[in-house]
Amino acid sequence: MTEQQTRTISPRSIGTSLDRVDGREKVTGTASYAVEHADVNGTAAPLSLWLVTSTVAKGRITGVDASKALAHHGVSAMLDHTSAPRLAQTDNAELAILQDDRVGFRGQVVALVLAETSEAAREGAALVEVTYEQEPHEAELREDNATYRPDKVNPDVETDTDEGDVDAALAAADVVVDQTYRTPYEHNNPLEPHATLAWWEEREGREVLSMFDSTQGVHGVVQALAPMLGLENDQVRVRAPYVGGGFGSKGEAHAHVMAVALAARTTAGRPVRLAVTRQQMFSLTGYRTATISHVRLGAGRDGRLTAIEHAVQEQTSVVREFAEQTASPTRMLYAAPNRRTSHRLAQLDVAVPSWMRAPGEMPGMYAHEVAMDELAVACGLDPIVLRERNEPDLDPETGKPFNDRRLLDCLHRGADRFGWSTRPAGPRARLEGDWWVGTGVASATYPAMRQPGNQARVTALDGGRYEVAIGSVDIGTGARTVLTQIAADALEVEPSDIDLAIADSLLPSATVAGGSSGTSSWGSAIVAAAQLFREDHGAHPDPGVHTTASAADDPAAEDYAFHSFGAVFAEARVNRWTGEVRVPRLHGVYSVGRVINPRTARSQLVGGLVMGLSAGLFEESHRDPRFGHVVTQDLATYHVASHADVLDVDAEWLEESDEVFTPMGSRGIGEIGIVGTAAAVANATFHATGVRVRSLPLTPDHFLDA
Amino acid sequence: MDREISLVVDGASHAVTVDSRTTLLDTLRERLGNTSPKKGCDHGQCGSCTVLLDGRRHLTCLALAIAYDGSEVVTAAGLGADEPHLVQRAFLEHDGYQCGYCTPGQVCSAVGMLAEAKQGHPSHVTEDLDAAVELDDAELRERMSGNLCRCGAYPGILAAVRRAARG
Repeated sequence: MTEQQTRTISPRSIGTSLDRVDGREKVTGTASYAVEHADVNGTAAPLSLWLVTSTVAKGRITGVDASKALAHHGVSAMLDHTSAPRLAQTDNAELAILQDDRVGFRGQVVALVLAETSEAAREGAALVEVTYEQEPHEAELREDNATYRPDKVNPDVETDTDEGDVDAALAAADVVVDQTYRTPYEHNNPLEPHATLAWWEEREGREVLSMFDSTQGVHGVVQALAPMLGLENDQVRVRAPYVGGGFGSKGEAHAHVMAVALAARTTAGRPVRLAVTRQQMFSLTGYRTATISHVRLGAGRDGRLTAIEHAVQEQTSVVREFAEQTASPTRMLYAAPNRRTSHRLAQLDVAVPSWMRAPGEMPGMYAHEVAMDELAVACGLDPIVLRERNEPDLDPETGKPFNDRRLLDCLHRGADRFGWSTRPAGPRARLEGDWWVGTGVASATYPAMRQPGNQARVTALDGGRYEVAIGSVDIGTGARTVLTQIAADALEVEPSDIDLAIADSLLPSATVAGGSSGTSSWGSAIVAAAQLFREDHGAHPDPGVHTTASAADDPAAEDYAFHSFGAVFAEARVNRWTGEVRVPRLHGVYSVGRVINPRTARSQLVGGLVMGLSAGLFEESHRDPRFGHVVTQDLATYHVASHADVLDVDAEWLEESDEVFTPMGSRGIGEIGIVGTAAAVANATFHATGVRVRSLPLTPDHFLDA
Repeated sequence: MDREISLVVDGASHAVTVDSRTTLLDTLRERLGNTSPKKGCDHGQCGSCTVLLDGRRHLTCLALAIAYDGSEVVTAAGLGADEPHLVQRAFLEHDGYQCGYCTPGQVCSAVGMLAEAKQGHPSHVTEDLDAAVELDDAELRERMSGNLCRCGAYPGILAAVRRAARG
């Protein structure tokens, strides 16, 4: 395997709206998701697995009585911490289930039931009687208990930053905004619940674990599970041909994947399938922590910032640490000589939080961009003018030049399109019938990331066709389609000449579909392999010849800070009697490098805007601290945007190409759509009503006094 | 308690043994191997399991199979068995999906919804209950709101259903 310095490729298919290559399978439902795969490992139908989960938040298990469960027709086995296979490593306590009697959160896996049918498995799980010695727990995030300072915050960045003298600058500032903003617990809730089908077999004298898993990264699952199971990586094979959304929650293996691996190890090769229930997803498959952002902005009367402080309080789980990087975007967004950020956590006896679309940027930019709107009001400035006055020359965080910072272009383009110039300056200026009407704006940003550790293989086939292989996953983003386009352009052939192979850990290694890094990371590897293939094998290769390569880092990339930018414009209508909020218009303008496929890109960006709207108006998980679990654990009580909630939502992008960042010119689009969106909606509701809401979601009760 | 029932699924007759607890959704997915209808919530809250049951859109996760002995089921796979259905072509054209998991339910729901409108069924947003239903965007959004899409493809779904409503 070779590292190849890539050259920028000429777009031919790139930039066109090639139809999704897997569209027909999706609209007919013939695409097979994880547990829908049939006839694996012989003819025996899979056993159904059901999870038994803890009913206390902290303590130890004193007994597991499965006698009634095992007497139920169709139930074949029960596994608990005394009978489950032992793991070779237990460092990852989220995954190391059934290894001891400890309970770390309510909803933790404490036993497994295997049965011939899903009905019997479910009933059997309900019949397992678990007794506990309960211990006092702490499950509530408060300002007084979020005091723990983690070593790093996600993904691996500084916990705190401090430049200049923030306190002195604030004391001297003409205008100060000093407010606290809150975001709630949020759950990813992809429509396909997490699901795994697994079986063990012996090949050439070695145990092999095979899985179909609903995951954002097949290699990541292998790397997480293999050492814990005492296996080499090549003894685990994971496939994920279709994945019904993830939004971060399928970015890493969670406990249910290990549950299936352990259960299948006891069934003599018979496959085992598990679909996590929607209810169980609220404790087992990750979520976004609630956040408390203490923001202080100091500025002159002209709106120029002299100080920015963003002190974050949020929570993690004692079982496994995850520290959301909520103040991270504050470090680079606007110019100010004095700036300070920090993250402090409450360590709670609760389910393990994890990635949810734009971790850090989503809650952090909500807080920062509402605070900026407050500053604009305090200074008597248009919010766009305020942002113009705080545009930095260099990245305030690193001191490097931005490769391509076009935030103001996005704001200006969006303002033109949205009709911003006719906006009344003050709030509460427009009443139409029973509805207060207003508009709001917020900036969006997301770092551009290219992950190391990606390889692709190009193989010549008969008839001028090529197989292009990389173990990446299409979770709905359109990766299968855009990677086909990238491969075609890199090899200078038609997309129809490409057989793309993805979603299998036997293929060359690929990193997770997350962090808006997929297309950049996988695409660069494909370009590297294609260009090296042409160097080695020419334009008319013999069938069968192949090349595997990864993309070398571009040394010029060290000189720049790479971020995408955007501007979100929202119109809100707030009912003067009921407080109901409707958003008739939500438009985003983005600078994201070259767009590979306008059709799938628009769906990605619009999808992010819709999820941001949903977070702005509806999403909120209620944890009952007395019991330690989320009580709104279904889609009737955890509200996500429905069709009738989504009116005119659209996205556009600036024509550009970031050729320093990737040989395709692209930067990544999966997350930026959700960033700033809730802030734009919140700012629009202020403009409509004059009521400043500093916590999400923007439920009607906030506006009843308007 | 097991019992044998008969179902016609996408034009093919089946005799299938079901548990009295078995939902129509699990019958289709786990006993007949038709995984076109999806399980998103199992509680009638997301719409992913929608099929056409005796000609009308129906949530199969809230239907016990034993109560539907002799019924006819059409899934999105059946709608597009030979060539994609008009609604499916419109979903493809307008990118009314991303991950595809809610999509078969959206498609069946749209087909059922268009038939309901043709039959004159009003919705929550219908102003004049006596007039023929005019499927404007508000009507389409309202009538499709039983099907959640977490990817947020609603604008594409709306464009697709609008296109299909034109015929």
